[in-house]
Amino acid sequence: MKRNPKELDSTHRTLTRRTLLLGGLQLAFAGGLAARMRYLQVDQADEFRLLAEENRINFELLPPARGRIFDRNGITIAQNSPSYRIVIVPENAGNIEEAIANLREVIDISDEDVEEALKDIKNSKRFHRVTLSDQVAWEDVARVAANAPALPGIAPEVGLTRDYPQHEDFAHVIGYVGPVSDYDLSKMDDPDPILLTPRFQFGKVGLESKREETLRGKAGTKQVEVNAFGRVMRELGRQEGEAGADLQLTVDAELQSYVQARLGEESAAAVIIDVDNGDIRAIASAPSFDPNLFVRGISVGDYRDLTGNTYRPLSNKTVQGTYPPGSTFKMVTALAGLEEGVVGFEDTAYCPGHLEVGGRRFHCWKRAGHGHMNLEDSLKHSCDVYYYDLAVKVGIDKISEMANRLGLGMRHDLPMSAVASGLTPNRAWKEQRYGQDWLIGDTVNASIGQGYMLASPLQLAVMSARLATGRSVTPRLIKSIDGIEEPSGAGEDLGLKETHLRAVQKAMYSVSNDRRGTAYRSRIIADGMRMAGKTGTSQVRNITAAERAAGVIRNEDLPWERRDHALFVGFAPFDNPKYAVAVVVEHGGGGSKAAAPIARDVMLQALYDGAPPLSAYPKSQRSKIKEQQERLETERLKRRDTDGNDQA
Amino acid sequence: MSYLEYNAQSAPTGLRKILYLNWPLLLLISAAASVGFLMLYSVSGGDMSRWMEPQLKRFLMGLGVMLAIAMIPIWFWRNVSALAYLGAFALLIAVEFVGTVGMGAQRWIDLGFMQLQPSEVMKVTLVMLLAAYYDWLPKAKTSRPLWVLLPVLIIVAPTLLVLKQPDLGTSILLLTAGGVVMFLAGVHWGYFAFVIASGVALVVTVFESRGTSWQLIKDYQFRRIDTFIDPSQDTLGAGYHITQSKIALGSGGWNGRGFMQGTQSRLSFLPEKHTDFIFTSLAEEFGFIGGITLLCLYLLIILFCMVTALATKDRFASLVTMGIAVNFFLFFAVNMSMVMGMAPVVGVPLPLVSYGGSAMLVLLAAFGMVQSANVHRPR
Repeated sequence: MKRNPKELDSTHRTLTRRTLLLGGLQLAFAGGLAARMRYLQVDQADEFRLLAEENRINFELLPPARGRIFDRNGITIAQNSPSYRIVIVPENAGNIEEAIANLREVIDISDEDVEEALKDIKNSKRFHRVTLSDQVAWEDVARVAANAPALPGIAPEVGLTRDYPQHEDFAHVIGYVGPVSDYDLSKMDDPDPILLTPRFQFGKVGLESKREETLRGKAGTKQVEVNAFGRVMRELGRQEGEAGADLQLTVDAELQSYVQARLGEESAAAVIIDVDNGDIRAIASAPSFDPNLFVRGISVGDYRDLTGNTYRPLSNKTVQGTYPPGSTFKMVTALAGLEEGVVGFEDTAYCPGHLEVGGRRFHCWKRAGHGHMNLEDSLKHSCDVYYYDLAVKVGIDKISEMANRLGLGMRHDLPMSAVASGLTPNRAWKEQRYGQDWLIGDTVNASIGQGYMLASPLQLAVMSARLATGRSVTPRLIKSIDGIEEPSGAGEDLGLKETHLRAVQKAMYSVSNDRRGTAYRSRIIADGMRMAGKTGTSQVRNITAAERAAGVIRNEDLPWERRDHALFVGFAPFDNPKYAVAVVVEHGGGGSKAAAPIARDVMLQALYDGAPPLSAYPKSQRSKIKEQQERLETERLKRRDTDGNDQA
Repeated sequence: MSYLEYNAQSAPTGLRKILYLNWPLLLLISAAASVGFLMLYSVSGGDMSRWMEPQLKRFLMGLGVMLAIAMIPIWFWRNVSALAYLGAFALLIAVEFVGTVGMGAQRWIDLGFMQLQPSEVMKVTLVMLLAAYYDWLPKAKTSRPLWVLLPVLIIVAPTLLVLKQPDLGTSILLLTAGGVVMFLAGVHWGYFAFVIASGVALVVTVFESRGTSWQLIKDYQFRRIDTFIDPSQDTLGAGYHITQSKIALGSGGWNGRGFMQGTQSRLSFLPEKHTDFIFTSLAEEFGFIGGITLLCLYLLIILFCMVTALATKDRFASLVTMGIAVNFFLFFAVNMSMVMGMAPVVGVPLPLVSYGGSAMLVLLAAFGMVQSANVHRPR
């Protein structure tokens, strides 16, 4: 093909021109790119750098070690134990079913656990750890570790879990922790982020719950670098948290354990208070349960067993249970009468076995009547009519006021769940509560701690501590927090007249030490250890006139839940009071028979700081007591043994 | 005097041809590819065998192909351009039937030893055919409507096929590259003004139609455009890639976070970090300086192509060289605009740097033709 050189020239000129134009356009566009690059990388670099950091850095919370709880002598009551679990990382395990099957050849894993784990695996990312088996024994951990090459993606892991080495002895004293539930979270306004950690253990009940903030400590944080899928690539830095504060209780673990064993299978409660400072030395509610059951979430079967028991093992009867105080209330009525000046020590009332008040007949527990009674005799024999008569003269408002001064009808601020305030009724209360006028019959009932009157075992113990000292002794459960002593509960002088107090104390002494006293059988004969006390038997039913005519049915013949409550309050040693005690045995029958022996044994155990010598008991009872001491000792040893096995 | 005659007389022969290669261009290409190796090594987290080694092998293979093509006289390529175009066209049709689905579109033909992307081949053969056409067409006829219509058809036919795959990015590239060759060949600027004006009018009309009864495109398509204009509206959905890409780029700063220290790419926040978004990794780890360096390398490659195009008196050689240069320019310009949030994410790789076989091979083959033009130009 021939071509005209001139034409070639002209097209080449066009090409050159347009090529240069195009080159210019390209250069301009490249300039635009460079400008954009400059804008992003130089002008806005800081902002984007920040965004990149936000992208890659995640904060993880480090759970703090929960504060431990010790008894007054440093014995561990709650601690954090390493707990081993077997985890699987699905992405490293290859075939999951095969991996689990291999693992099950090495250690035992229940079908439920496997099912649960398979569900978790389905719902989580492939590089997240999933727990296959929790709370694994050390031997199993060793077995998994030894077989590691055959178990890719499966590894043992260690974490901390709450552990209660005292088992049932302290279940009611400190409560328990459990995994945070959605319900728990819904009750909080602004939950600590650490609570959102799955399976995080926090206080559910009792001291563990009431002092949650103190015990929990502060979570640390860990900065980790994550990739776009949330996988942790490496740790960038960490800020250690603060472990929770250790608590020391006023309770003596040895005594507590004895009291719990002494209450045995009864539905009962016992409280011992140091009258000098209000320290609770033992506070036991029976039956009890093992708080360790709740730590990882209790099984449905175990829970049903606990809630289905008529003796209500989950209820802390020492502070939650309120009972008509019965005759143990008589000291209150007596003191009210003395302080108001309506009665003297030697003034007597005649007991024919009943008293007509407001057209109604109120019976004494002794049908035949006690005859002429002064204050000391009336308390010793627990004559009801004396107090009916006295109460009518004093009036309910003064009695109620005295009850409050002695610690009844008020909520003692103990770090326990659902501490009951009991009830000391008066005119205003009845008007407000029922819209009814106070009747004189109500006063008569209240005078012997029946009717509307309600008190918890703790309140009764506080009452006897106050009677023993004349001071407003306040119960104290926590001795110190991280070594810092809590304020003492010694209390102020109640302003009761010394002679009045002495008279009542002396009357209480004769209850326990006079041959005709209602608690004479449960006396302490060791010198300088003698106990003053008062029995109480409170009705939970009305005795009809017809029944009374036919003869009151004996407690033993009634169904359990209709039998009388047995109560005892007391303090010892009489000359120089050290401890106050209150015992309530639900539907236990008579106070002198069911409650007083327990109170005496418990008191002696406290006074001697261990097993008392048999010489402290009346001669005739020693062989039986010896038997009982041996039985309780073997029971406690046996339990400690099985507990020990649990832990291994 | 025919080309055959004077070329045969003055062009170098035998091994002497090697001396007449455009050596600066060859070195620049190797430099750009080396940036690619470096980045592929980095984004794989230091694993050479993952992306860097295959890329290196393909580059060496491509270099061989380039040299082989460079040794063959340019007029041979002119003579086979129609055939090449038809071959590529046939492949484009074939890809509809036997293509491998990748990224939701049918684009690949599995040749056994490599994946072939016919649209890549078409980019070069289209430029070749257009260059040959204008080499043949007397100047007087260049701007006559009928003689304009023919190259338009040559361009539009494959463009439509590629669009159907669907591969919007490549079809726009084909259209633009074809148009630029026509422009360089001297077609009257009025045609271009007309096409650009009607394009703008179309865009305006589409946007005007939004929300009216005669809406021209679907709502979700509008939303895609919205996301493109303001990715922050949808940071976890469609805008996620762009947002993360901008964060990576921006966090690089003036001199970058250091080799293998780019958190965005290393921690997988960056999508397609070894292919379409590799420029972002570069900019993150080597900063503004690194980005500008690569941009300069690219501009120099175009400059040396232009030198070759303008030095030769052979019209086919000039047009084909410029066409390839424009293709190359569009490649990196679209890719960079995309990762910097200036253009929609259309799936165009960064030339010579992104991981990928067929694009690299075709590009090196095309540069082979530029080299051939340089070697065989009359001196």
